[in-house]
Amino acid sequence: MLHFENSAVEINNLTKVFGKHTVLNDLSFDIPRGKITTILGFSGAGKSTLLKHILGLHKPTSGEIKVLDKNLSKMDEVSLREFRQNFGMLFQYAALFDSMTAKENVLFPLKEFTKLSPEEIDEKGTNLLESVGLEEISHDKLPSELSGGMRKRVGLARALALSPDIMLYDEPTTGLDPITTKMVNDLIVKTGEVHKEQQMSSIIISHDVQATLKISDYVAFLNRGNIVEYLPAKEFAKSDHPLVQEFINL
Amino acid sequence: MEIIQKNFESFVSGLGKVIIQNVGGLGKVFAFMMSFFYWMLKPPLRLKLILEQLDFIGNKSIFIITLAGSFTGMVMAYQTYFGFQLINVDSLVGPVTAISLSRELAPVLTGLIVAGRAGAAMAAQIGTMKVTEQVDALEVMGINSVQYLAVPRIIAGTIAVPMLSIFFLFIGNVGSYIVGTKALLIDEALYFSKLGNFMFVSDIYQGIIKAIFFGFVVSVIGTYFGFSVTKGAEGVGKGTNLAVVWGMISVLVLDYFLTSFLVQIL
Ligand SMILES: Nc1ncnc2c1ncn2[C@@H]1O[C@H](COP(=O)(O)OP(=O)(O)OP(=O)(O)O)[C@@H](O)[C@H]1O
Ligand SMILES: [Mg+2]
Repeated sequence: MLHFENSAVEINNLTKVFGKHTVLNDLSFDIPRGKITTILGFSGAGKSTLLKHILGLHKPTSGEIKVLDKNLSKMDEVSLREFRQNFGMLFQYAALFDSMTAKENVLFPLKEFTKLSPEEIDEKGTNLLESVGLEEISHDKLPSELSGGMRKRVGLARALALSPDIMLYDEPTTGLDPITTKMVNDLIVKTGEVHKEQQMSSIIISHDVQATLKISDYVAFLNRGNIVEYLPAKEFAKSDHPLVQEFINL
Repeated sequence: MEIIQKNFESFVSGLGKVIIQNVGGLGKVFAFMMSFFYWMLKPPLRLKLILEQLDFIGNKSIFIITLAGSFTGMVMAYQTYFGFQLINVDSLVGPVTAISLSRELAPVLTGLIVAGRAGAAMAAQIGTMKVTEQVDALEVMGINSVQYLAVPRIIAGTIAVPMLSIFFLFIGNVGSYIVGTKALLIDEALYFSKLGNFMFVSDIYQGIIKAIFFGFVVSVIGTYFGFSVTKGAEGVGKGTNLAVVWGMISVLVLDYFLTSFLVQIL
């Protein structure tokens, strides 16, 4: 199992039980800072549940989670909400607010959480949308008028608005065509590089093995609530774990 | 004999199940209501969102309330006139219509209309946001979804319904006045003097108090069923449907209890 000097997320003996169902089982796992780490696993393995624990949306049944050296279980509701501003998240279908235009979606976190002037906010919004490659004419369109790929761009711009230290991607390419998939993958890599100085960490949940191996630095394999393999991306394909081989060769 | 006993047992256990499910549901609505109060008292209070909702629930209902109010008043005038004429008290059409409108018809019909229009819209909007992860997006940003989505809607509903009900009452009386004096030829002066003799401010209060409760309950139920949506477009349809059905039933049931209480104190 890999350990890091400088970790963004540190999970120790995390167990989560829903009713009688143990979803995460004594899981220990570090995610490095400033790198792209992907969590692979079969459906129902507990990937989304793990992500929600990192975000502090779920409380562990036992064990502890440290994010950016802060112990989440020791935080109260209010500081936890504030702490979430360190996260940006790109949802599977972008989850844009459908009553707001593309630009308004990106401005939303800026208006909620910064004290910038309206002009500064507006300018920042335009810059963010341009940095993810959304043309000017689309800035004032509603999400329903944008293509799936464009929505992802807007979702990414919104997630990046508050310069998060940790970017989370929930199945960023599931259900997209090959060209849009490549675009999203390139965008993930580019986002990591642009924010390298700030040591932004990216955590991806994915089913897409080939892309994962290409864009990630580290890959973890989650099965039945436990990490059964965790390797640098380059070595992952050579893993001799039978489940990993099964997953790769599906 | 055995078959009867078996059927009876399954009937009883089925009934018990339905009751338990609904009582459980009531508990959840109650818990949701508590979280509404908790988040309402926490800053920030989002005035802009409240105003947006007031516009939607209030302003945008004015046309349908005008229609419903005027026809209800007009029909009431006719119905009471043909009864009262038999015993020569047709001049009482005015106060009887006004009292039924202010105590019952205005708040109840307004409540039902708002349950159908705004309650359904609340469930559909929030339900859609839930299944498309927009609610999660709010939470991930650190914004409480009850505070952002439910609080403005429930506050606006609680304010808008009594205002709409007063408007319904006014329009209904205009309708009744026109039918009474122009079509049924009741003397105009008599119409007004009887209205003054028999109608009291407490009648109006009773209607307003009811309307406040109806507005609150209909919006709590609309938002609650929005948040309870879990899966897909089908779930949104189901949630919307439940919001309308339970919103309307609550208005009618609550009306009975409020009436039995208010007639004693007002
Ligand atoms: N809130 C909850 N209450 C009860 N059980 C839950 C809850 N959330 C998740 N589970 C259960 O936990 C298990 C893991 O779910 P999770 O969503 O984490 O899987 P996943 O790896 O993200 O799967 P997928 O790839 O299908 O998204 C599932 O069996 C699920 O039914
Ligand atoms: Mg999942």
